[in-house]
Amino acid sequence: MALNEPGPLPEPGLPRPTDPDDQPVIDVRDLRMRYGKTDVLNGVSITARRGEVLALLGPNGAGKTTTIEILEGFRMRSAGQVSVLGVDPAHGGEAWRARIGVVLQSWRDHGKWRVRELLANLGRYYAPYSSPGASRPWDTDELIAMIGLTEHAHKRIRQLSGGQRRRLDVAVGIVGRPELMFLDEPTAGFDPAARREFHDLVHRLADREEATILLTTHDLDEAEKLADRILILAGGEIIADGSADELARRMPTAAEVRWSRDGQRFVHSAGDPAVFVRELFRQYGGSVKDLEVSRGSLEDTYMALVRQFESGHGQGAERKFRVVTS
Amino acid sequence: MTDGARVIGAGPVRGRSRGRATRAAVRAGLNHGWIELSHCFTMIEDAFEILPLALISVVLLLATGSKHVQIPGTHFPIGSTILAGMVGVNVGLNGITSLGMQLTAEREDGTLLRAKATPNGVLGYLIGKIVVVSGTIMFTVISLLIVGLAPFGGLALGRTVTWLTLAWVLVLGLLATLPIGAMLGSLFPTVRSATVMMFGNIGLIGISGIFYPITQLPTWLQWVGQAFPLYWLGLGVRSALLPGNLAAVEIGHSWRHLATAGVLGAWAIAGLFFAPILLRRVARREAGSSVAARRERVLTRH
Repeated sequence: MALNEPGPLPEPGLPRPTDPDDQPVIDVRDLRMRYGKTDVLNGVSITARRGEVLALLGPNGAGKTTTIEILEGFRMRSAGQVSVLGVDPAHGGEAWRARIGVVLQSWRDHGKWRVRELLANLGRYYAPYSSPGASRPWDTDELIAMIGLTEHAHKRIRQLSGGQRRRLDVAVGIVGRPELMFLDEPTAGFDPAARREFHDLVHRLADREEATILLTTHDLDEAEKLADRILILAGGEIIADGSADELARRMPTAAEVRWSRDGQRFVHSAGDPAVFVRELFRQYGGSVKDLEVSRGSLEDTYMALVRQFESGHGQGAERKFRVVTS
Repeated sequence: MTDGARVIGAGPVRGRSRGRATRAAVRAGLNHGWIELSHCFTMIEDAFEILPLALISVVLLLATGSKHVQIPGTHFPIGSTILAGMVGVNVGLNGITSLGMQLTAEREDGTLLRAKATPNGVLGYLIGKIVVVSGTIMFTVISLLIVGLAPFGGLALGRTVTWLTLAWVLVLGLLATLPIGAMLGSLFPTVRSATVMMFGNIGLIGISGIFYPITQLPTWLQWVGQAFPLYWLGLGVRSALLPGNLAAVEIGHSWRHLATAGVLGAWAIAGLFFAPILLRRVARREAGSSVAARRERVLTRH
């Protein structure tokens, strides 16, 4: 799709083609949450279609975990309409629960269990919810192979490294072949290799299994790599909703221009890089070498959005980005 | 695990098939219990979690009960009485403390939350815990009987009624104490605060007539002791294992089977009524952020 446009390279964040008749997997309207006298969520609306990967970003205390816990059915909301797989999570029964995968932040549970023991045992709970369309649970050995723990299948869980343990957490979340997965800060504390492996796994789940995934993260690169759509939650409101590319376009941030001239390297931050580069060549012509222009990163966009929201322009930004998806 | 990719039935589970899902959870819970029990006997460090109770019991038994010290007014070695009482107390203690401690610990480390994220997982989890605790208790009871038999003797193990009485007292005792453990486990927020349970229990043993007849205590303490299931468990097991004439040293010169069944039964009924309410409340409140908050507390403490 991006090939029709001049310039930008294909973006990873383009929405997959979806059947327009599909009911949204997640449909949240005007969700509100209040603890005592504090409003944590002031009217959050989120929709997710089948097979979409959504990243929920936001500063600490913005209400990300509260939102996800309400959707998981672990927390009651104060007001608003919430539908997850067509069911209100507050009344989701065990059959509903069987279609949802939750990747919790791990700690030290089941430390004495062996990897295979735990996955096989948890899988048993899903067997009665199997259907011709989705055979549940996942075959234990196949699942272990998929998360790359075959060599460690008979190891005690507490002997696993941090990255291995986290992959096991993901396996626990998907053992029932969920249609929808929630991942709360899945890669906190990962080394780069573990992070890469985890990203591959998420891609595989979304592409091959057509699972809908909602994840929270503080890692903006991760959000950009994984998500079809990024939602930024600040002050209990969704202040932006769109692909990383869409967000960047609508929140103009300074581009970084790098070049070298006479063996010296230069870096300049330019609001309008085209104008700047034209000027650069006009002045120095052929002596400009190694020219690189990089658009503002998602991090810049994110910082600008959050800053703008916090300085009281939040309403404007929200309206602006709502247009993107509708 | 054989039913890996087995396809059962069609479509989402409704109505009649909910029973099938519950049965699957019960089987998964039994499997859970069996796996954890097997850890107890195959892992050295796990064995150390259940051995101490058995060992302490045996050492206490050998230290306090001598073949030559006899129950006042009889020629019966006091060691055998203590042995019988300790079998009863072990059931009660394990039922209350070990289930309570495990529930608190596993709420803290996120095990209960994982169970909650699984369909019918909390049911399976509880069944698993009951299997583990009952299995551990069986192990302690058997090791106590084996170790205690030789030095003291005098137990009436040849009667059918011995085993029948032992069976109903132990089962009723478990039904009376396991729910108490579950309730205490739901009430204590951290493992550290749950150690209070241990001290409470030790105090309770002192007034439950295990190491010396309860009749030697002041009357008001006798009443306190009799309000709790531990005394009745001890009495019930003594009535099963000891010769009938030893009933003479008990309160009312009788084994008081009816009262035993009554008190243990009342605890069981009250427990089975209140424990699920408390457990449901605790499970409902469990969410990722509450586990994270507890983890934070524990990590900053060290």
